Amino acid sequence: MRKPAMTPDARAALRGAGFSRRDFLRTSGALIVSFSLRKADAQFGFGPSTGSPAANQVDSWIAIAADGSVTAYSGKEELGQGIATAQQQLVAEELSVPFNRVTLLYCDTAMTPDQAYTAGSQSHPANFNRNNLGQAAATAREALFRMAAERLGVPADQLTASEGAISAKGDPSKRITYAQLVGGKKFSLGLNPNAKRKHPREWTVLGKPVQRPDLPGLVTGQFEFVHNVRLPGMLHGRVVRPPVVGATVVSVDESSVKDLPGVVKVVVKKNFVGVVAQKPWQAIQAANKLKVAWSAGSGLPSHADFYENLPKQKQTRDTLLVDSKDVEQKLGEAATVVKSTYYHPYQMHGSMGSSCAVADVQGDKATLWSPTQGVWYQKTTAAMVMGLKPENIHVIFRRGSGCYGLNGADTVTYDAALLSQAVGKPVRVQLTRKDEMAWENYGNAFVMEERAGLDAQGNIIAWDHEAWSPSLGNRPGPGTPGNVITGSLAGFAADAFSPRAASEPRAFNNGSNGVPSYMAGTIGGASHGTGTVRSERALVHNVASPFWTGPLRSPARLQNTFAHEGFMDELAARVKADPLAYRLHHLKDPRLIEVVKQAAKAANWEARPSPRPGNRKTGIAAGRGIACVLYEGDNGYSALVAEVEVNQDTGKVSVKRMVVCNDVGPVSNPDGLRNQIEGGALQGMSRALLEEVTWDEQKVTSVDWRTYQTLPLGFEVPKIETVLLDQPDEEATGAGETSITVAAAAIGNAIFDATGARLRQIPFTPERVKAALAARG
Amino acid sequence: MSTISLKVNGQMRRLDLDPSTPLLYALTDDLELRGPKFGCGLGQCGACTVIVKGQAIRSCITPVRSVEGAEITTLEGIGSIEKPHPLQKAFIEEQAAQCGFCLNGVILTAKALLDKNPRATDAEIQQGMSGVLCRCFANVRMLRAIKRAGQEMAR
Repeated sequence: MRKPAMTPDARAALRGAGFSRRDFLRTSGALIVSFSLRKADAQFGFGPSTGSPAANQVDSWIAIAADGSVTAYSGKEELGQGIATAQQQLVAEELSVPFNRVTLLYCDTAMTPDQAYTAGSQSHPANFNRNNLGQAAATAREALFRMAAERLGVPADQLTASEGAISAKGDPSKRITYAQLVGGKKFSLGLNPNAKRKHPREWTVLGKPVQRPDLPGLVTGQFEFVHNVRLPGMLHGRVVRPPVVGATVVSVDESSVKDLPGVVKVVVKKNFVGVVAQKPWQAIQAANKLKVAWSAGSGLPSHADFYENLPKQKQTRDTLLVDSKDVEQKLGEAATVVKSTYYHPYQMHGSMGSSCAVADVQGDKATLWSPTQGVWYQKTTAAMVMGLKPENIHVIFRRGSGCYGLNGADTVTYDAALLSQAVGKPVRVQLTRKDEMAWENYGNAFVMEERAGLDAQGNIIAWDHEAWSPSLGNRPGPGTPGNVITGSLAGFAADAFSPRAASEPRAFNNGSNGVPSYMAGTIGGASHGTGTVRSERALVHNVASPFWTGPLRSPARLQNTFAHEGFMDELAARVKADPLAYRLHHLKDPRLIEVVKQAAKAANWEARPSPRPGNRKTGIAAGRGIACVLYEGDNGYSALVAEVEVNQDTGKVSVKRMVVCNDVGPVSNPDGLRNQIEGGALQGMSRALLEEVTWDEQKVTSVDWRTYQTLPLGFEVPKIETVLLDQPDEEATGAGETSITVAAAAIGNAIFDATGARLRQIPFTPERVKAALAARG
Repeated sequence: MSTISLKVNGQMRRLDLDPSTPLLYALTDDLELRGPKFGCGLGQCGACTVIVKGQAIRSCITPVRSVEGAEITTLEGIGSIEKPHPLQKAFIEEQAAQCGFCLNGVILTAKALLDKNPRATDAEIQQGMSGVLCRCFANVRMLRAIKRAGQEMAR
């Protein structure tokens, strides 16, 4: 197992955060194979930084200028999810300054603390709960109070702060501003893990629906995306990807483009091929005309029986999440045993804009403008791709098109770096739609087998979950540029796939939601799950994938939850129980129970078993379904009620209404949270109804918006209602991946309620719906 | 290469480029405008939309020579941060965005629609926006913002 390299700064940062290096290695190492691969890094909040400001110093996070304005530095970036606004509120809140007085800078390897990735719904936990941005602001506030106490001759506990000034309680004449105290100077102070934070009940800036500061620029075309970065003398690059999976370069005929206008250079590095030209249109034409001889591809497994073959793979890497060792025995004793298999396809991030980056490589130094979710890993891995020293690489985050995980952001940054290095001038690269879609790291396909035993009264007495999922590559880093296509073409290997038998689970980890909400999750005698079923087993088999894979919003969690929650609905139907009451009967976590109840209440849930009585078998039938999850086992509660209409003649599913209840701890920005819940629910609906990567014997065939279907802006949008359970006494959790995790299951369950047909394969295309309707008898 | 004259946001601009170049590249590269965006290059997503003669068109598949001399309006041309168009204002009021990459196509397609029919019904708005994508799925807010802007534009 590769051990993550630790720089002195990163070690210092870890110490400051209260973690030893051994803790870090143990946790990050233990998770290297799981779908939570990068969660450990995101949780600790530190990557492989060289040269970034130390995270254990207040000055690395907070600066107060001579005019009293506050600059905050964060390693968590704005991708469109609203986290910049929440972080700006956090700093304003802890420092008692107005929101607009704070400027937030994020994810620049030369300027901001290394917080690894902005991913995995970890930004709120990292910067609100742990020893990072919020704690730095609280430490700064305490320091300001100490200074003010001395200058004003008033004990610190007799002082109060507002509007960036500190005054004596009851005597406003004794007042001093932050600018007077520290303006333009450093704090020179270590971050204090014990500095008192404002309780959410005291919040005046947080907890409010503050508007996003980036919107005016966005709606007027002033905002600078990475696509808009322009440098003096900048050239335009275009890459030429292999025509089929596994093809390698035999020869490149540079003379085929030498007479084209504007062509500067043809660049070949192993199997990486690209062209650089003066203007974008010239680069496009040159890339189209460049003659490259490629070897035959490696071929692809048949799409038609792909799912059938997944569980037959001999080489597997197995993870046992929980095992009470009595599941087979209990299933043998059960009055009824129910079995079902669920299928989830590879799906795409399918970013609206194809990925883009700008690189300026001059000699042994490089500056990269990248939409990556991990500027620090981009720094070390781009260094490998270029053969330069990481300390000579400066990565600056610039927003790209919404990514929802590992889209082409990292790979296109390598593309730009390689092309710029070859010409010694700044180069901008934007991928074609096809290059984005054919080669991105897809969200994982899954086959999931569920079995449960019921007693004579209909209670679940045993549950078994076994899943197979293929993977190849992942986020690049630490040290693995070969985890994405460009790094691979340039000669770097992806994370190796090494088969392994499952070992006994030592700690409960439900980071991938492989354990259903209804299992007790017992390990070492203690129950850590949210449910009551004590006879339990959850086993995941990782197998090799023919395609690149990587985190796609709610990676593995959505897939597993689709199976668990669909299956739970099957069990309820089998015993003719109301699916809501049946869930509540098998849950024990009070917060999960509450979101389920509140979603049902807001949706005016009609208590009765599914399918809905009285529905006819033809024409349009209406129904409702529910699903719930504790995301990642500890990172946000969500329940969603979907109401659908199914046209039983055409197989078309129309989602009419979605009611979502979330509990994500104290709500930092209710409007931002609603925006994430709404978008997640609809994105989940698009993925449930339409989205699927397709391929033939040689290559991916879903390469544009005709061949990879998505819901357009003008589809019939369901009514979406959000219920937010504010929990001021709890820790903040993530929220961005909550509603999407439960959408597909709730829709599938609603289809069953409407028609009596069970959809166990995503997407729910009209053909599959019709097949399921025909099979219901 | 040849000289092409484009009238963009009220200003005549003379550019030296291949007349088959798609209008999008003239706008984003030669004129360095940030509104229009490359999304797919196939006319399928709307990110590159501009308004020509009152019509929302896809600049990624429109050769510059075909719009020479025509009045071309981009997102920058309909309003500013200081003086936003009713649509821009409504999108801020409704906080109708996530990443914001699609906003160019959404707002300009909506403008062409509302300029003809500010009292567009929900169904007409949905129909009018059916060729535009938002992959963050901020649909609910965007449709609300379009409706809101239409009410103001109808006054």
